[in-house]
Amino acid sequence: MIDALWVLIALPLIGAATLIIFGKRIGEPWSGWLASALVGIAFVFAAVASVPLFTGSGEPETLDLFRWIPVVGVEASLLWDPLAAMMTLIVTGVGFLIHVYATGYMDGDDRFGTFFGYLNLFVASMLILVLAANFVVMFVGWELVGLSSYLLISFWFARPAAAAAGKKAFIVNRIGDYGFLVGLMLIFAAFGTFEFAAVFASAPAVLTTGMATAITLLLFVGAVGKSAQIPLYVWLPDAMEGPTPVSALIHAATMVTAGIYMIARTAVLFDLAPATLVVVATVGAATALFAATLAVGQRDIKRVLAYSTISQLGFMVMALGVTAYTAAMFHLMTHAFFKALLFLGAGAVIHALGGEQDLRKMGGLRKVMPITFWTMVVAWLALAGVVPLSGFWSKDEILAAAFAHGSYFVLLWAIAVAAALLTAFYITRLMILTFGGEERWPDAADPHEAPPIMTAPLVILAVLAAIGGVSNTPFRLGLEHFLETSLHGVSQQQAPEAPVVGILALVALSVTIAGILGAWLRYRRSLPEDEGGYWAAAVDGYGIDDWYGRFVVAPGKAAATWTATVLDQRVIDGMVNGVGRGVRSLGESMSDAQTGWVRWYGLVMLAGTVGVVLLLVLIQGLL
Amino acid sequence: MIDPGWYMALAAVLFAIGAAGVLVRRNALVMFMSIELMLNSVNLTFVSAGTGLGLIEGQVAALFVVVVAAAEVTVGLAILIAVFRGRATADVDKLAALKG
Amino acid sequence: MTVVFFLFAGVAIAGALVMVLARNPVHSAIGLLTTMFSIAVFYVLQDAHFVAAIQVLVYAGAVMTLFLFVIMLIGVDKSEDRTERIPYQRPLAIIVTGGLAAVILIAGSQAWITASSPFAVDELNGTIEVVADALFGTWVMAFLSTIFLLTIAAVGAIALAHYPETRSPRPEREVP
Repeated sequence: MIDALWVLIALPLIGAATLIIFGKRIGEPWSGWLASALVGIAFVFAAVASVPLFTGSGEPETLDLFRWIPVVGVEASLLWDPLAAMMTLIVTGVGFLIHVYATGYMDGDDRFGTFFGYLNLFVASMLILVLAANFVVMFVGWELVGLSSYLLISFWFARPAAAAAGKKAFIVNRIGDYGFLVGLMLIFAAFGTFEFAAVFASAPAVLTTGMATAITLLLFVGAVGKSAQIPLYVWLPDAMEGPTPVSALIHAATMVTAGIYMIARTAVLFDLAPATLVVVATVGAATALFAATLAVGQRDIKRVLAYSTISQLGFMVMALGVTAYTAAMFHLMTHAFFKALLFLGAGAVIHALGGEQDLRKMGGLRKVMPITFWTMVVAWLALAGVVPLSGFWSKDEILAAAFAHGSYFVLLWAIAVAAALLTAFYITRLMILTFGGEERWPDAADPHEAPPIMTAPLVILAVLAAIGGVSNTPFRLGLEHFLETSLHGVSQQQAPEAPVVGILALVALSVTIAGILGAWLRYRRSLPEDEGGYWAAAVDGYGIDDWYGRFVVAPGKAAATWTATVLDQRVIDGMVNGVGRGVRSLGESMSDAQTGWVRWYGLVMLAGTVGVVLLLVLIQGLL
Repeated sequence: MIDPGWYMALAAVLFAIGAAGVLVRRNALVMFMSIELMLNSVNLTFVSAGTGLGLIEGQVAALFVVVVAAAEVTVGLAILIAVFRGRATADVDKLAALKG
Repeated sequence: MTVVFFLFAGVAIAGALVMVLARNPVHSAIGLLTTMFSIAVFYVLQDAHFVAAIQVLVYAGAVMTLFLFVIMLIGVDKSEDRTERIPYQRPLAIIVTGGLAAVILIAGSQAWITASSPFAVDELNGTIEVVADALFGTWVMAFLSTIFLLTIAAVGAIALAHYPETRSPRPEREVP
């Protein structure tokens, strides 16, 4: 079975190649069916391959494909272990549902085929990333998902905002990738190899704390870029310019979770660097709260969800920082379910209202779009953290672990609790403004329920969001046992004993209810005048983008302009032209020797001849 | 028999005189005659070397040089006549069109 | 033998100097003629009889006659302008040619002939039979090439002679 592991990547990759080249000719709706089928088959394959891992009889296996870079001993090899299997199932499973949804959502678009080509490319890239058995292959996947993200965000490239957003995502990601790459170099310098197995086995012996801290900090920089933490989160809100299925797949469920996966995968290294873990946890908690405050004031439905994603990623990052790796992965999974559901539902709403994304122009849609409404309700409660939905279990586990980690981390726990409060508030606000209250949309809009091709995935995701929590409740730590072998015995922060854990759960629950209540009270009647002060600042992202523009982008542009005008035109062109001028003047000065008089030429020739004869005579030693 | 080296020494002197003639005189015909002198001195060198080495090839080479010199004189003088027929002068310095 | 050599060596050098220094081109031609005769004497002194005969017949007889014809045809009655316009030409010419002679003489005096050839004969007889043996035997290809050479030269000379008559005379160029 392991020998055919590469099929998982090959299927969507073939789909990508076919659809990118022939997508226009294949057209609707076959491109969509083809792409979805390929991902679906990959999911089935992954499920079958995961069975031995579930039953506990399977060992992590590596498949070597080919010798890729002999000079540094890099093989193109794939790894199949519980962590990889979990990510693969999420990527292909949720990916399949979103592919199906997109065949309905993108109906009528003239680049339909190309879109699915890009989507398949993304799935293939993500699978390369999670199935990698060494850092280099993982980096290849890392970069490829960045590329796919760029292609998909700026899919409607004719819109300047979309093109700019795609560029921004790619460039900001690049900053993170730079750190990641330097981290890879340090890993090679320390270990002489890139293979996971070799590195993780010898890490405790080989690495000093300083080296481990340096490596893990650099890897974390990569995660900060890819998973949109402070300060490299700015690309994610703008990425909402892409079609909604893209937002659901890439910017909620999978690509942004690559950073989380990467840290979980390299847990052995992080375990050796306690200082880095403090940084990680702090960044995560800060991002969780910061993004939540921004989510409260957004007017665009997708932007609320974008900041929500950043905030939830912050939770996951914080969990990693307190060594609760399983909790982070657990939340990754549940978040994939309910966040994808939220995005797809929002997509259905936008689709129904003919492209309207402003919350102030929605309202009362529960009557018109019942399926969408009820599935969104499930997602709403899951995100807010209402028991017994999946989001409650995963978020609670994170909070409990943070609290139990002690001392400084209790402060982070408090920050996270505040973030949870705001989470409940903003998502309730979104639900009320979209589905509740009175209708604020124009009569001409005429919204209707989405077609079954779009609502079916919503329903499936709702079921998963509801029951997904059973995988790792405190009563049965299924996921933790499952992921044990992947984490190479790194010690994880456990939740505190009862009754502390129960009290913490109650605290979390009450905070959730407070948030929901607060939003309900504020928004149930009419739309309050949310202008000025905080509200204006929140819509503007607190001016962070402007700040970046002034202090980061502008100097960069100035440097580029200087290079182009001064360095390139004056220095380099000057040197090249100078060579030309020099040769010319040399030639001109030498043309004085061409007097035109034959006798002068004769004289010069004879002088040369005498010189040669002299030389020959001297060589012969006759003089 | 005189040592052939003397003949070669004399030939070297004649060669130098011929070269000086080419460089110093402006009359095209005198220049040409100086070139002939140089060819003659080379001939002398050939024959003397042949005598010194005991080879007949020295004289054979000299014969070839004579033939070539004769042909060269023919064509050269024809060119000279063609070039200088249109002018009132036989001054070589006046043919400076390739200046610069 | 030695006396003859030195005598005619002087004659040869004198003739050469006359050729270079004389004002009248006809005088130069006579000087060259004298030198050619002296060289023929040297050939005879070295038993190169055939070459000596050819020297007189072809060089002194045909080539110099041709020269005298052309001298008569153009520029015999012009006195040459003796001022030298090319800067440093005269001093440099004397230095360079003097240097050439000096180098050859000094270097050559060490060893004019350094080795003897395996093909040597003790007594080299430059009679017509010996020369013909070599010329038509070993070097026959070179000999045949000279046929072409002479043919082409003749054709070229005729073409050059005819050519200017079909074109308008070229304008006089000024000395820069």
